[in-house]
Amino acid sequence: MAKKEKIKLAFYWAATCGGCDVATLDIEESILDVVNIADIVLWPVAMDFKYKDVEAMGPKSIDICLFNGAVRNSEHEEIAKMLREKSKVMVAFGSCACFGGIPGLANVANREQIFNVAYKETPSTVNPEFVIPMTECEVRGEKLTLPEFWDTVKTLDQTVDVDYYVPGCPPVVDRIKDAVGIIAKYAETGELPPKGTVVASDKSLCDECPRERAEERKLKWIYRPHEVKEVDPNKCLLDQGILCMGSATRGGCGARCPNVNMPCRGCMGPTAEIKDHGAAVLSMIASVLGLEGEESLSDKEIEELVSNIKDQLGTFYRFTLPSSLLKRVIIKANREK
Amino acid sequence: MEEKKRIITISPITRLEGHGKISIFLNEKGNVKDAYFQVVELRGFERFCVGRPVEEVPRITPRICGVCPWAHHMASTKACDAVFKAEPPPAAKKLREMAYSAHMMHSHQLHMYALAGPDFYVGPKADPASRNILGIVGKVGAELGLEVIHARGYAQRIQEIVGGKATHPVCGLPGGMSKALSDEERDEIEDKAKKLVAFGKQALSLWDDLVMKNKELADLITGDTYYHETYYMGMVDENDKVNFYEGKIKVVDPEGKEYVRFEAKDYLDYIAEGVEPWSYLKFPYLKGVGWKGLVDGKDSGIYRVNSLARLNVASGLATPAAQEAYERFYDYFGKKPVHNTLAFNWARIIENLYAAERCLELIQDPEITSKDIRGELGEPGEGVGCVEAPRGTLFHHYWADKDGMVTKMNLVVATVQNNGPMCMSIK
Repeated sequence: MAKKEKIKLAFYWAATCGGCDVATLDIEESILDVVNIADIVLWPVAMDFKYKDVEAMGPKSIDICLFNGAVRNSEHEEIAKMLREKSKVMVAFGSCACFGGIPGLANVANREQIFNVAYKETPSTVNPEFVIPMTECEVRGEKLTLPEFWDTVKTLDQTVDVDYYVPGCPPVVDRIKDAVGIIAKYAETGELPPKGTVVASDKSLCDECPRERAEERKLKWIYRPHEVKEVDPNKCLLDQGILCMGSATRGGCGARCPNVNMPCRGCMGPTAEIKDHGAAVLSMIASVLGLEGEESLSDKEIEELVSNIKDQLGTFYRFTLPSSLLKRVIIKANREK
Repeated sequence: MEEKKRIITISPITRLEGHGKISIFLNEKGNVKDAYFQVVELRGFERFCVGRPVEEVPRITPRICGVCPWAHHMASTKACDAVFKAEPPPAAKKLREMAYSAHMMHSHQLHMYALAGPDFYVGPKADPASRNILGIVGKVGAELGLEVIHARGYAQRIQEIVGGKATHPVCGLPGGMSKALSDEERDEIEDKAKKLVAFGKQALSLWDDLVMKNKELADLITGDTYYHETYYMGMVDENDKVNFYEGKIKVVDPEGKEYVRFEAKDYLDYIAEGVEPWSYLKFPYLKGVGWKGLVDGKDSGIYRVNSLARLNVASGLATPAAQEAYERFYDYFGKKPVHNTLAFNWARIIENLYAAERCLELIQDPEITSKDIRGELGEPGEGVGCVEAPRGTLFHHYWADKDGMVTKMNLVVATVQNNGPMCMSIK
């Protein structure tokens, strides 16, 4: 068979932590398989190509772009748009690109509030004149520029058209290898999966969690993880009263958090049929509280029980606030000083 | 005559853990007039962690840095210990430090072979297309290249066993850890730790052979192109040896004299941060010396953290092979503190060996598989947690209400403290 021409691959990180890039290196020597079939044309964490190198490329000259990170500022949006134009396939890689992720929790606040805390109110900050970073400023006669920080964090598909999704914070090695398999098949045959494919399980996390679930579940109290000193290593965490979001969350991660006695916080995003993760968690809680059964708790008992779930917004939407139906917390201008 | 000005922008800065650009302004003669290292983003953790349950924060703050998530997880968990006035049982502390040592190895090795390392092993003047981890594999050959890749894999696996996930662990709880180690897990970790000690020694030889024996590179490392006389900060144990997990914070002046030694919880008495309009990253300095701008010397409050800073403040390393490497390092330079910025890379390789030896020592401790890993919790309040992150001293400071919800948070992050020095270095 004639030697195939190598495909072109780009990696990019926007508002993110770099964990997706580390996870990509965690596939170890499989990364060498990737470079056998692909030329990497951009990968800021590992390689020295610059934005101008990508700018100089023609439309659709990159085959696949793996984009991690949420869209937090003007630079992220500009690069996302540029990479979309230059790439045949755009992949939202990791929970921040897919749903907004942890940086998306910033949608509980706006720019003014975030700047006030970071550059003024934090006790180690000494800033009597309240200098803040500026998109444009002059220092010693030279103009310096910075990207513009926005009020609202957006997902990648709220910014550009996205073809595939690889969720996880970060995606686990097995799912990254699945993605590499898709890339290899494309390099070999030109074939791609249907648009919108999510590289993960179509079932919930509970489906792959090895913990045993009770036949009939009826919770009397919901505990916070630090309140339970003796966790049964084999029993479902929710059955032990610890709020675990597994049944409302997509599987494919290998139940890594429950494996060390810690509840799921939903980094894989909602299950296939569900759009709003928080709504799914609420209905899950309603069912385990026996609200749908005959022997339901009294209203007062339910109220008490739910009141121990502190911070429902930041828990149910831990990784998905920007992609939720809420998108953000509405803040009236200048209300919070 | 019209002044000819040229501006060079390097964007993005590559092979570092974060988002930055460099703007260089040249004068009419083509020489550098001014140069700025600009951090181009902010995410706002100190604001959006407010309102969250404090015990959940160790599962949120690791996203500050995916290259060093355990540093944030540990600092955050220790801050939660303090918030609940809890003392973790000895086994929980050992488990934390053991896994954290593995984390140090992962992060240092990533830095050594994927981030900064290629500049040395492949060479600063090499074709940019080969100046990366793949270029290193090409240079040292497939066999050794795979060993480099696998060693970091072992470190990642150790973290995964303890933390659930290597990147973004979830095991830390106020007053303890979520899961005790089984005997099988202990055995697997011990096996990997032994391999990592062997690799740690090999990594030092590789540095000697490929870098220090190359005169051009050795001259670059020991010369004055990248040289700043600054203060240094790092954590030391009760014997004045480097410790990553707990101890006191020690600062030495540019001559190496002890400037101050303090409890991490008192950090606000010693550290302050300023703001410049051209960077999203703040500029920390020693409060007692004061901010004098981006200049080095004894009168400037700028200090450095990270590997070289730790070696400069401590009187040694607590494990034998690493101590030997430490002594050889200072013999080579013939002075202490070492101010050569590129020596951070050598120091990192010495610390990688220390982390391996420390990891092995702790996994062989009979107490490491104890089931007693959760301490008693008091009423929530205020707490500071501090560790040495791979890239320097890291402070997390939380205030919680009676329900244990975060009302205020302050973070002084490792790399932030090197912001000033980095700005000086690129000029």
